Amino acid sequence: MAAIEMKNIVKKYGDGFPAVNDVSINVADGEFVILVGPSGCGKSTLLRMIVGLEDITEGEMVIGGKVVNDLAPRDRNLAMVFQNYALYPHLSVYENIAFPLRLAKADEKTVDEKVRAASKTLELDEHLQRKPGNLSGGQRQRVAMGRAIVRDADAFLFDEPLSNLDAKLRGQMRSEISRLQKKLGITTVYVTHDQTEAMTLGDRVAVLKRGLLQQLATPRELYGNPGNLFVAGFIGSPPMNFLPATVEGTTVELPFGKVEISAEKAERAAGKGLLIAGIRPEAFEDASVVDSARTGSTFKAVVDVLEWLGNEAYAYIPFEAPPEVTEQLQQLERDLDGETLRTQLVIGLDGSTKIKEGDEAEIWVDTSKMHLFDPATGENLTVDLENAGEIPGHSAKQPATA
Amino acid sequence: MRKLGTALGCLLILVWCLLPVAWIISLSFKSQTAITNGSPGFLPASGDSAGWQNYKDVLDNEQFRRAIINSIGISLIATALSVIIATLAAYAIARLEFQGKKFVLTTALAIAMFPVVSLVGPLFDMWRAFGLYDTWPGLIIPYMSFTLPLAIWTLSAFFREIPWEMEQAAQVDGATSWQAFRKVIVPLAAPGVFTAAILTFFFAWNDFVFGISLTSTERSRPIPAALSFFVGSDPFNRPASLLAAGAVVSTIPIIIIVLIFQRKIVAGLTSGAVKG
Repeated sequence: MAAIEMKNIVKKYGDGFPAVNDVSINVADGEFVILVGPSGCGKSTLLRMIVGLEDITEGEMVIGGKVVNDLAPRDRNLAMVFQNYALYPHLSVYENIAFPLRLAKADEKTVDEKVRAASKTLELDEHLQRKPGNLSGGQRQRVAMGRAIVRDADAFLFDEPLSNLDAKLRGQMRSEISRLQKKLGITTVYVTHDQTEAMTLGDRVAVLKRGLLQQLATPRELYGNPGNLFVAGFIGSPPMNFLPATVEGTTVELPFGKVEISAEKAERAAGKGLLIAGIRPEAFEDASVVDSARTGSTFKAVVDVLEWLGNEAYAYIPFEAPPEVTEQLQQLERDLDGETLRTQLVIGLDGSTKIKEGDEAEIWVDTSKMHLFDPATGENLTVDLENAGEIPGHSAKQPATA
Repeated sequence: MRKLGTALGCLLILVWCLLPVAWIISLSFKSQTAITNGSPGFLPASGDSAGWQNYKDVLDNEQFRRAIINSIGISLIATALSVIIATLAAYAIARLEFQGKKFVLTTALAIAMFPVVSLVGPLFDMWRAFGLYDTWPGLIIPYMSFTLPLAIWTLSAFFREIPWEMEQAAQVDGATSWQAFRKVIVPLAAPGVFTAAILTFFFAWNDFVFGISLTSTERSRPIPAALSFFVGSDPFNRPASLLAAGAVVSTIPIIIIVLIFQRKIVAGLTSGAVKG
């Protein structure tokens, strides 16, 4: 068991392109940290540098108080589960799990005890004598995990372990991994591009974009206080709405009308000209179902498309955005591996809503949940730094009024 | 109807391939006099049968026994060395980026294309100078160098099929590079290794040109060459039935070896390593 400290890690490939650029993450002993980001953000490279399959160009990797930059993978005592499992097809499930122990020259009795214990934990007992080729995807996944847990490693590393499973199995394995990690209390670093996995599994989540760490925080902090436009757009499904906004006093002008914000937020955003407002779909509601005691603003808009899902409904309202904002939003979509669609507002409504497609509806919005972003830098001007974890470039002490 | 056609086709190919073999076996059971007098039937006519006599004569022949030992020894050593070297070379070619990789591959291919006969003369001279003439190494070396290219190409194709993650997983599990290679990669490449082994063994076992040119005595003469020296008492009247028996005996080891190796060539050994 050990803490993992990444200090200013840089990875440059032959062409000088930094796949990972000055990333510092401290993973505490026993902590479950997720590395998340769209493809090409360097999350897998970072994981492979922890385990030693990739050289570190600059920076220091410290595991359990020891600098491991120049140690071979076998000397780091880490266990890794690969995306495609990488089971040894010529060995039985038993021998697959026993493989690390055999390499460590453990005696037959210890091997048997540990393999049986691991297979019991993972419910693989009846498959021990089978070959990986005859197992289902979920079973192979469990064998790969068995191989990891059998050897008392200092930390577990997972490289998108669930991406090859179907949706139902993925949900099951997700809770299984979470349970296993809690039970063993072992330091874990988990790479995924799936934000649901990131939110549900991690104690803390590191969001990466093009080799740069964007924010390192608990799922709750990431969701409530995204450090910039990218994190805001990446975390949450359906994603956060981005609207052009101008602030005057404590009034924010949105495409649908004017809403009021708190004086503190207004002060931070003052004098910046055109901004991007970020509002999550669930901050909206059908005004007719909102308790009148709740504070917020209302506006009227024509609902273009309505998706009713039973417990909730999503209304889509297209709007026009000025070119500066559109450009920034298109760039954001590209960063998120998405496609540029029309600019539209997605509104989460209560399932009991009576609004129909084509109606002009009165929509209520909780403006206290609104964030304002600088369109030039993408920075969140209204972030609550006390509750936003670590954002590189910001130190938590100084207020972000700059 | 289609099934019948397939069966008929198979039968035709079998007859085409196996008729000469069957005929040699038939000859080997006929007596020498019967062959001299002409014995057209497939099965020996009454009185023409020699029973196992031809086989006994062949196996009693000191020269022939030496030749079998030479052939088995030389072919096995050449195969083993060739496969070991080819496995290491192919692994390097499949996994490493190094200068001159293309050069190695093209040179290997060029050697494979070289006509064997054109090298016999120079080798004959060289081997006499080195004292390798009429020795086992004198044959093992050319066999190896002619079979290595094909073995390297076959094996590097096999290695390329094995996912990188296999070695990486092994290394994370605590294996050295060498352990990862030996315990994970080689077992997975086993079908390729044995394919290469069979090809090499065939080449070495069936070679005649080197066998007859680079040897002079029974010290190292392999079977194909030895059979051509199998003249008997009358040089103008070759003992056809004895030769047939010799040919049959010399095919037996190769059949055994192929059967052993073939079991190891199991297709789809890597299935289940990674998600399809």
